[in-house]
Amino acid sequence: MKFRYLMTAFLGASCFASAAMAATLEDVKSKGYVQCGVSQGLPGFSNPDDAGDWQGIDVDVCRAVAAAIFGDADKVKYTPLSAKERFTALQSGEVDLLSRNTTWTATRDTALGLDFTGVNYYDGQGFLVRRSLGIKSALELNGAAVCTNTGTTTELNVADYFRANDMEYEVVAFEKADEVVAAYDAGRCDVYTTDQSALYANRLKMENADEHVVLPEIISKEPLGPVVRQGDDQWADIVAWSLHAMVNAEELGVSSANIADMRKSTNPAIRRLLGIEGTFGENLGVSNMWADHIVSQVGNYGESFDRNVGKDSPLEITRGLNALWSNGGIMYAPPIR
Amino acid sequence: MPEMHWLNADMNDDTSRPVAGGKNSAQNLRFVREEFLAEEPAPVSTVGISGWMRINLFSSPLNIILTAFSLYLVWLIVPPVIEWAFINAIWEGEDRNACLVDNAGACWAFIDAKFGQIIYGRYTIDERWRVDLVYLIGAGALIPLLFEKMPGRRYLALFLILIYPVFAFVLLTGGNFGLPHVETALWGGLLVTLVVAVVGIVASLPLGILLALGRRSDMPVVRMFCIGFIELWRGVPLITVLFMASVMLPLFLPEGVNFDKLIRVLIGVALFSSAYMAEVVRGGLQAIPRGQYEAAHALGLSYWQSMGFIILPQALRMVIPGIVNTFIGLFKDTTLVLIVGLFDLLGIIQLNFTDPNWSTPQTAATGYAFAGLIFWAFCFGMSRYSIRVENKLNEGTRRA
Repeated sequence: MKFRYLMTAFLGASCFASAAMAATLEDVKSKGYVQCGVSQGLPGFSNPDDAGDWQGIDVDVCRAVAAAIFGDADKVKYTPLSAKERFTALQSGEVDLLSRNTTWTATRDTALGLDFTGVNYYDGQGFLVRRSLGIKSALELNGAAVCTNTGTTTELNVADYFRANDMEYEVVAFEKADEVVAAYDAGRCDVYTTDQSALYANRLKMENADEHVVLPEIISKEPLGPVVRQGDDQWADIVAWSLHAMVNAEELGVSSANIADMRKSTNPAIRRLLGIEGTFGENLGVSNMWADHIVSQVGNYGESFDRNVGKDSPLEITRGLNALWSNGGIMYAPPIR
Repeated sequence: MPEMHWLNADMNDDTSRPVAGGKNSAQNLRFVREEFLAEEPAPVSTVGISGWMRINLFSSPLNIILTAFSLYLVWLIVPPVIEWAFINAIWEGEDRNACLVDNAGACWAFIDAKFGQIIYGRYTIDERWRVDLVYLIGAGALIPLLFEKMPGRRYLALFLILIYPVFAFVLLTGGNFGLPHVETALWGGLLVTLVVAVVGIVASLPLGILLALGRRSDMPVVRMFCIGFIELWRGVPLITVLFMASVMLPLFLPEGVNFDKLIRVLIGVALFSSAYMAEVVRGGLQAIPRGQYEAAHALGLSYWQSMGFIILPQALRMVIPGIVNTFIGLFKDTTLVLIVGLFDLLGIIQLNFTDPNWSTPQTAATGYAFAGLIFWAFCFGMSRYSIRVENKLNEGTRRA
């Protein structure tokens, strides 16, 4: 593991000495599209719809960046990447932007020659139980049999959590995620634990999804966000602010549905967001209409969340940590001014 | 009962033959049958269904037990499968809700919704007729070629080998003749499976033959090169080859130089399978008796003439099962391209499992069953055809 990191870091650094200097924005503009690295299928984050088009909350980040640069959210080409390929693909310039449910960690941000530009989904390890048990909190899980994957950090996190809260538990571990789901569904354990987004996704594969409920507690930090190559600050700013614009738009109540009315708004924050006042787009190196394009074509953060993973999708993930800071979550964006 | 005749010995001159009742028998008569016995019907125990069953299924206590056990297995497996795949299956539906009924069987509605992707991948929808055309012309040229008696087979074969690949390439990628360019990143499904398999098969046979000949060559440089090449590629797993091609190669290339991913994979697969093919062909070459080589030399044939006219026709005929085996293995190995981000038939089906709109308990099982069915159809077809070719080519040497 460590060796692999070092190796990718070394290869990345050596190769990318030349790449870093090249301005990604210029490249992207001359190509005419954003090459975006996504997952090889993760429900709600990046998955194909019936027509074969990519959909998801990660995909929306790519679309937002394209909307900011070109004024057209469809000017994206997607490269589905495996977990192993993703950093190499970014370092080698195969993709301009990695938006692939990647956890922001110190190693990745520093040693790999990469930059995380923000968080578009706060994930973390959670618990899934049967509704019939009537459990409302993870603190009621004393004595439970817990299904999980072998040899992953999830197993360690559970151990820490139960010990810290002085609870007994019995672990039932399997090699593959599908085996864990099947074992839980067959009733071999009371609790299934893994990252919350995966709990919601796997719940849909169970015989009766409504009989299972995800508990509110999150016991590990998995902030997922878009990644760019280190050393191209302008490009990093564009990606970061595309995401900030979506969050700010939700906070200001600007959505793809009401944007036409909002353009007439007298609220200075909204006027700055939509490029009616100020030259914030030009400072970024894109058009002043950048946030307007993002919101009208992709939607604000709340719309994207609801459509892909939230209440309007089969996943029905609750906002939780991903609610705006003003609504009890921690989703927060610096202001545009 | 047939009649028996007691003949007078005097009627027969020859007295040296054995005689019924002995030479000095009082009656001095011989016992000779004049007519054939009329054919009797076979014993009841060997004819009809019961006879067939007695011979094939219940011929010994062990076989009786095995038969009973097999029947039990069939009874255990077949009815639930039929029930799952047909009786309880859901054939139509807009999204996952259709397949969420109680006691649901296979969710064929999922396959129906994703069928375009399974066949073409994410190939631009308006341009999919180009893929159809390539399939159609390929099938139209290939099927007549499979029948021995078709006139003009030679020209068809030349068309398939020389013109068709160029035609297919131009049509599929586009970018000229007024056709919009469809980049290979959008290809997928059966299209990618067939492209990888066909290119691998077509490239590996000639390359493999050359490598096999080179490995048996008297020239040390050629021989060492071929041995090195074959052992290198045989010694490395295909996954490693694909992974090197997709992950490591870009790091060594200058920034901005990006080989097409599909082409990288095609080259990797072709080289990999040609190494295997070389060893199969070498097996055939080694089975040819030395006399054949010497006879070819004695006729004054050059190396290539003797190989082309004497040795290879015999050697290849002997290794047809091995060659087809390699083809079938290659066809199924195409699923490995998934790990480098190309979505072949199986890959695109798996990818679509992640569509939350179709996430149900039966989605994965249905998808895998469908993929298995398509792969089986192709591989079974190849294997049946190879048996036919084998029988045809071996007509001269087969014992009646």
